[in-house]
Amino acid sequence: MTTASKVLWTRKDLLGLKDLSVGEIELILDTAKSFSEVSQRDVKKSPALRGKTVVNLFLEPSTRTRVSFELAEKRLSADAIGMASGGSSMTKGESLWDTIANIEALKVDIIVMRHGSSGAPHRVSNYTRCGIVNAGDGINEHPTQGLLDIFTLREIKGKIKGLKVVFVGDILHSRVARSNVWGLTKLGAEVVLCGPKTLIPWGIEELGVKVVHDVKKAIDDADAVTLLRIQMERQNETLFPSIREYASTFGLNTALFKRAKPDAILMHPGPVNRGVEIEGALADSPQSYILKQVTNGIAVRMAVLYLLSGALKNE
Amino acid sequence: MTSQERAALDAPSLDRTLVRIAHEIREQHKDSAALALVGIRTRGVYLAERLQKKLLEITGTEIPLGTLDITMYRDDLSEVGPNPEVRETKLPFDLKQKVIILVDDVLYTGRTIRAALDALNDYGRPKMIQLAVLVDRGHRELPIRADYVGKNIPTSVKERVIIRIKEVDGRDEAVITGGKGA
Repeated sequence: MTTASKVLWTRKDLLGLKDLSVGEIELILDTAKSFSEVSQRDVKKSPALRGKTVVNLFLEPSTRTRVSFELAEKRLSADAIGMASGGSSMTKGESLWDTIANIEALKVDIIVMRHGSSGAPHRVSNYTRCGIVNAGDGINEHPTQGLLDIFTLREIKGKIKGLKVVFVGDILHSRVARSNVWGLTKLGAEVVLCGPKTLIPWGIEELGVKVVHDVKKAIDDADAVTLLRIQMERQNETLFPSIREYASTFGLNTALFKRAKPDAILMHPGPVNRGVEIEGALADSPQSYILKQVTNGIAVRMAVLYLLSGALKNE
Repeated sequence: MTSQERAALDAPSLDRTLVRIAHEIREQHKDSAALALVGIRTRGVYLAERLQKKLLEITGTEIPLGTLDITMYRDDLSEVGPNPEVRETKLPFDLKQKVIILVDDVLYTGRTIRAALDALNDYGRPKMIQLAVLVDRGHRELPIRADYVGKNIPTSVKERVIIRIKEVDGRDEAVITGGKGA
């Protein structure tokens, strides 16, 4: 066993999987594996980020991601503060730039940021010395979710290369799907996207994925199926006739899931709408790793914060 | 061993040293049921594995073995440079009421051991923690000493002590480089 000359992490930000090299993705996954042990101890704490301050700036509603980041920060001994748009001066007309400048003036090290507009964290990252972790920007990327999905898949399957990974649902509005597509294609998986034509972004095949509209064909021989929720809050127009019709055409049930490989796993980034994109019994079946994803999310976020904090001190 | 290196321990004496340490541990702890070995990554892990084998031969009991990565507990994480890689820690036993023998290759400044003590503390409260090292080269920066020392090698700060272990480096030896005239 040799310590292979690993990639060193030098980025102050994690904006998306689009920018990362295979080596950087693997470094995060390997680091996350080491950090997953911290959450299994009696004392769920490590001093790696002692004295560092992290602001969780969530300008769009979020529960699981925000809680997961907060736990990751606390288990690394960082000082974590939450900020939401409702309770901040942004409702008094302060611009995002001014908010960020103020946070930086408070000597904060890392800002975990969720924003409704695609590209917002990318813009902000150029104007601040703070590290920026994208916790979801519009319909663009949700890198830590993509990483935790890939981490879970790799943990169970032992590899990513050559796996057939299927995403069913609202791909158009899904930043989770985009982060997964960037990451999984880089690591050599076969990615299949499935959903109503109106919910698949036009030209997405150019990223090296396959689009299949027949859900049965899509799932055939899959190693993993990830279901995505219909994001009603992001739809101004009617992109499909009704939720009921969507559920009967694209909803995943036990019978349909049998078309996948016998050891196929089922994933979902949450929140789950039982009876719509997934049958309740299937979500609770032994092949479902939905809650494992939630647990792994903390380790992946700890790894990201740890690596960023290492790059931030070069000043 | 390259021409710049001076031998400190060859393979047979390294093995004899471990046998001696195993006997010393046995002598101090008649109740081997309470013992547990914890190797500090990377080379301490292999040394701990060998001590486990030798103690099995001596006592007939297999002593639980853990591995500890102290990266998260280092005191130089806030210094310049990318953060070092964190590797897995595995302590597959309850630390409570255990006598932990920490195992490392070289004892130098003592900072690694300080970090290891902090780390162990987060896993529980052992009855006792002792330290076994293959080489003690001096130059402590903290009030830490080893309970079992394979070999004391007085060195200058300019020198380096390199331990090679078959599992990682292809052969067993301890050598000194640098220093004199360098």
